[in-house]
Amino acid sequence: MKIAVCLKRVPDTTTKVTVGPDGKAIDEAGVKFVPNPYDEYALEEALKLKEAAGGGETVVYCLGPEAAQETVRAALAMGVDRGVLLQAPGSADGFEIAKALAAELRDGGYDVILFGKLAVDDYNHQVGVMTAELLGLPCISAISRLNISGGQAEAEREIEGGIEVITCSLPAAFTCDKGLNHPRLPSLKGIMAAKKKPLEVKPVTLGPGTIATVAIELPPERKPGKIVGEGADAVPELVRLLREEAKVI
Amino acid sequence: MNPMSRILAVTEQRDGTLRKVSFEVVTAGRRLADRVEATLDVLVLGGGPVSGVERLGEYGADRVLAARHAEFGLYNPDGYAATIASVAGDYRVILLAATATGRDLAPRVAARTGTGLATDVTEIAPGPDQSFVVTRPVYAGKALQRARLDGKPAIISIRPNTLQPVEQPRPGDLVELAVPAFTAKVKVREIKAPAEARLDVAEAPIVVSGGRGLKDPANFKLLEELADALGNAAVGASRAVVDAGWRDHGAQVGQTGKTVSPSLYFAIGISGAIQHLAGMRTAKTIVAINRDKDAPIFKVADYGIVGDLFEVVPRLTQEIRRLRGEG
Ligand SMILES: Cc1cc2nc3c(=O)[nH]c(=O)nc-3n(C[C@H](O)[C@H](O)[C@H](O)COP(=O)(O)OP(=O)(O)OC[C@H]3O[C@@H](n4cnc5c(N)ncnc54)[C@H](O)[C@@H]3O)c2cc1C
Ligand SMILES: Nc1ncnc2c1ncn2[C@@H]1O[C@H](COP(=O)(O)O)[C@@H](O)[C@H]1O
Repeated sequence: MKIAVCLKRVPDTTTKVTVGPDGKAIDEAGVKFVPNPYDEYALEEALKLKEAAGGGETVVYCLGPEAAQETVRAALAMGVDRGVLLQAPGSADGFEIAKALAAELRDGGYDVILFGKLAVDDYNHQVGVMTAELLGLPCISAISRLNISGGQAEAEREIEGGIEVITCSLPAAFTCDKGLNHPRLPSLKGIMAAKKKPLEVKPVTLGPGTIATVAIELPPERKPGKIVGEGADAVPELVRLLREEAKVI
Repeated sequence: MNPMSRILAVTEQRDGTLRKVSFEVVTAGRRLADRVEATLDVLVLGGGPVSGVERLGEYGADRVLAARHAEFGLYNPDGYAATIASVAGDYRVILLAATATGRDLAPRVAARTGTGLATDVTEIAPGPDQSFVVTRPVYAGKALQRARLDGKPAIISIRPNTLQPVEQPRPGDLVELAVPAFTAKVKVREIKAPAEARLDVAEAPIVVSGGRGLKDPANFKLLEELADALGNAAVGASRAVVDAGWRDHGAQVGQTGKTVSPSLYFAIGISGAIQHLAGMRTAKTIVAINRDKDAPIFKVADYGIVGDLFEVVPRLTQEIRRLRGEG
């Protein structure tokens, strides 16, 4: 089975966000970058699918700056066979990213293409589904369970107050949610092996798109709150405040 | 018809009934239509009659477009996307809801229309040269992005729970919309009930969340009782307890869980890690109950009680029940 995973380099989730000098991006000074957490579910699923199929190839695609080579290596250390870095600065328009990924994936002959359901930086929640649409592939998004057999896929995705059961046939694309699996940690052997695995770097140029960031701002600070009191005796006062001051109950 | 003068709002139905979020999208559409002097069409996709459609006019629909198809009872990704794409050229703006369905559907519509998509938008304003400027949370709500949209149409998904549906009567004339031919490459077979039949944390007006301080999964009963006493409340969880298998991952609030903005959020036995705060800091009122007075959660809480949750929570449930006249 031939499987592709699209992986984005994002700031670590513990990052304290500050706005950069141009007011249009976050300040990257001192920020640690990691593989997008949802993409780790995609990577794990790819490795599991290849293991279950008893053979094939896993390839990771990342569109990002030169420094994203490190992100691709992290995927190779988990066990992915080879990596491709589409070197470009990125775009505020997810559709432009999708076009670049689709152009690269189109002739790859993949049975399965995996994405994260969203990237924790731009929260766009779109690139996977758009890429699949551009490729004309069936796509099931935000899956928390996947079962593939005999060229058919059955997946589950959580919706408000329920779980949708969805089927399609391969080749197909999926975007992965938490709950799908438990991503493995790279072993020392994996980290060593990753250094020798093929990593191709291809410069790409993105179109201008129709979406541009005008400003990045910090959300308004929450007004400082108050400690109502200690222990169960503080409960009546809390209830009074919720009723009379906050007017929420 | 001049597309610059029309806006389309896409609704969502489940089991033949319009969902509340649909009226939020219609309200957003009406507001925008008034600001740019456009008319508002509201699209309903369904397998048969959909209840609630008769009220769309009250919320500001100039016209209601009904797209009926035997396979539209459940969400049909390819069919829904093909239907919207077939009329996309008639509109200046297409609005959807950033729900589970909308998050799947909107990128399909954008890709088929060949234009960009702004997701989870909380504000829309007209910008220069017929553009729009939207505001949307990024970095799990740690920052806000203002983005200019030049797409024709501009495709936007609205974050649920950010605005209240407002009545603003318009004719709401019903028009049938022909469904184009499509191939259903993916098929929704059924909707299974979740393990627990409770409100979803992303949609509930009140969320009662618990963390590792609960000590044992069985103790979540305390939070369920509080949620029941409050009514209209969902039970959420920190990642620590979801990863420990105490709660379903659908209940997780935070950076890798759900982002919620209820009117009232309780953080009980939750320390307030940055990834948790990312998911709930936009709640209107936050209450923290924690025995550690230095827990970071108190920095974002409007009201805090320092104390043992096993004493505070039962008392709180009792007081709420009394208030509701049941205890
Ligand atoms: C990539 C990544 C993504 C993450 N995403 C998320 C996410 O989406 N959501 C999330 O929640 N976390 C997330 N985390 C985890 C996060 O960093 C914290 O580990 C987690 O939120 C801690 O959960 P907790 O508050 O329940 O547990 P703890 O931090 O252990 O806090 C327990 C609290 O309970 C209090 N307590 C104990 N006993 C009592 C008692 N009897 N009465 C009252 N109070 C009591 C303690 O004082 C303490 O403050 C993520 C981490 C990473 C690395
Ligand atoms: N620059 C990128 N390079 C590779 N994959 C990406 C990139 N941006 C987004 N993706 C993929 O698309 C998913 C959704 O991203 P987004 O639509 O930006 O939230 C991510 O989880 C990745 O799998």
